Amino acid sequence: MIRARAVEKRYGRRRALLPLDFELERGGFLVVTGANGSGKTTLLRLVAGLAAPTGGELEVATDRRGLGYLGHEPLLYRDLTALENLDLYGRLYRVPERRERAGMLLERFGLWGVRAERVGSFSRGMVQRLAVCRALLHDPTLLVLDEPFTALDAEGAELLDRWLGELAGSATVLLTTHDPDRVAPLATARLALG
Amino acid sequence: MNYLADVTALARKDLRLELRARDTLPAMLLFVLSTLVVFHFALPSGTDEVAAQGLLWVALVFTALLGLARAWAPEQEGGALEGLVLAPSDRSAIWLGKSAAVFLFLAAIEVVALPAFALFFSPLGGSAVFGVLLANVGICSIGTLLAAMAAASRTRELILPLLFLPLAIPLVVGGVGAGLSADPGRYLAFLGLYDAVFAILCWASFEYVVSE
Amino acid sequence: MSTSSPNSSASKIPVPAIAAAAAALIGLAVVLALVVAPEDADQGISQRIFYFHVPIALTAYAAFGWGAWKALLLLWKREDRYDLESYVAIHQGTIFGVLTLATGSIWARASWGHWWVWDEDQLVLFLVLFLFYSAYFMLRFSIDEGPRRANISAVYALFGVALIPVSFLAIRLAEESIHPTTFTRDGPQMTGLMFFTFCVCWVALGTLAYALYRVELLGKRLDANLRELREALTG
Repeated sequence: MIRARAVEKRYGRRRALLPLDFELERGGFLVVTGANGSGKTTLLRLVAGLAAPTGGELEVATDRRGLGYLGHEPLLYRDLTALENLDLYGRLYRVPERRERAGMLLERFGLWGVRAERVGSFSRGMVQRLAVCRALLHDPTLLVLDEPFTALDAEGAELLDRWLGELAGSATVLLTTHDPDRVAPLATARLALG
Repeated sequence: MNYLADVTALARKDLRLELRARDTLPAMLLFVLSTLVVFHFALPSGTDEVAAQGLLWVALVFTALLGLARAWAPEQEGGALEGLVLAPSDRSAIWLGKSAAVFLFLAAIEVVALPAFALFFSPLGGSAVFGVLLANVGICSIGTLLAAMAAASRTRELILPLLFLPLAIPLVVGGVGAGLSADPGRYLAFLGLYDAVFAILCWASFEYVVSE
Repeated sequence: MSTSSPNSSASKIPVPAIAAAAAALIGLAVVLALVVAPEDADQGISQRIFYFHVPIALTAYAAFGWGAWKALLLLWKREDRYDLESYVAIHQGTIFGVLTLATGSIWARASWGHWWVWDEDQLVLFLVLFLFYSAYFMLRFSIDEGPRRANISAVYALFGVALIPVSFLAIRLAEESIHPTTFTRDGPQMTGLMFFTFCVCWVALGTLAYALYRVELLGKRLDANLRELREALTG
């Protein structure tokens, strides 16, 4: 699914990611760890296509339709409701039966009660939960998650755990975390940066 | 058509956001009215119609700038711009949707500003109004794209006027000419040309403004 | 990172050769313009500025066009080097643009007694372009180095090239020109020697612009390579 050869990223003088080789097969679950500044976020942005490598080769066997990304920012509109946010993304991703799918995800992640509330009124944990819903909305074949557990509350983290467990094998997952033990049972490979 | 559906969804999102927040439109409205009043005091009595028409365009351009400075604010707050860029839809649809919304906002302001101008200064003919509409298209096209550039810069609101004003000069020429000239057709045709050239350029190049 | 752009045949000509050619041509041009060419019946000595003013303006247009071409190549081919080439070309264009304004102002003063006239289409156009390209540098310096900055600069450069004809049309529409037409539809209103002088000046200034472009490009690339070397040794 992903093949990287000597992939690196520089912004002018600044080295954001040192040359890296790795492969991730379809259905695999790769956990990336490393200290802050080691390039975890940069790597995920490269895989997601938000940035282009300045060196090396990076092949990702899916287009934007099959890719679900969760970054440090929720990628949501504060003044829209949870439902409106998901509806917009549902349209852009051409999700079949988007209302049902959005409803199902909101329920799964405990947000059904606040579906008609502005995201601006959510707590940080709730925002992150909705961001997870957004990333999962179009049933992506490749999930790229940048420290998804960090901003989640305990219950939200558990819900995500369960979902990832259900996914195991059917979707490919690339995930960074400060707490690798949490996803240890699911991981098929590990990568330590820095 | 999927493309049009995307554009519509995005434009509606902007309209919904403005209706909910109601901060940009009232500000633009008050600004344009205040500016017109300032102009009255700035112009000595006996100033002819020509100068007054020019000031209408100054007011419109700067009011547009006020609105454009906030055009991408909702996308910046939660990082949603990246979300839109990640989506499989064409990136130019992001620009088109946003421009359409900005156009509607500007037109809404002008519905009040133009009669106000006619009231304070001098009446406006049909060709002047048509000129305003055509110039709007140009303002919204380039304004939306330049605002996206400004959003990527460290100096944000500071740089948008610098980027916008040189490009707005031909629009002002076209607009004032349409309102005053004995042969407004040439000026309106010129505005149409400007709109066509720059709208196509914006449409084709927006992808590069928001991606690496 | 490469030190040179290996594509066009012109880039294979070494910089010192170009610089020497430019110096020689400029010398010839100055002699021709100030000494050899006959004085114009209407305008007298001030007309000699025109031998520099118009070629400088044309060179500025060419530089902006070159910059836009490199910008297009950047967006199309996605090769790093085009960003620097586009930037340097626009930099040169802006310098020549300022010179156009300066020489134009001198000419206006000598011909009509004013340091600035709004009726001269070319002059007003260059004022607008000066504003536009000054904003280019402000934009570029306010974005951190990287592909984003390169992309945005390139798009803006393309806008500039579209603005040139559109602005010119606008200015034409707006003002009535009192700019004496040098080239009529029948051909240049200059005698053979004047035309020859004009052409020499044009070629000279074009070569000078190209020499400056190559020198600046070389300097910036050297800087970049030195930085890389320093990093490789210490980092």
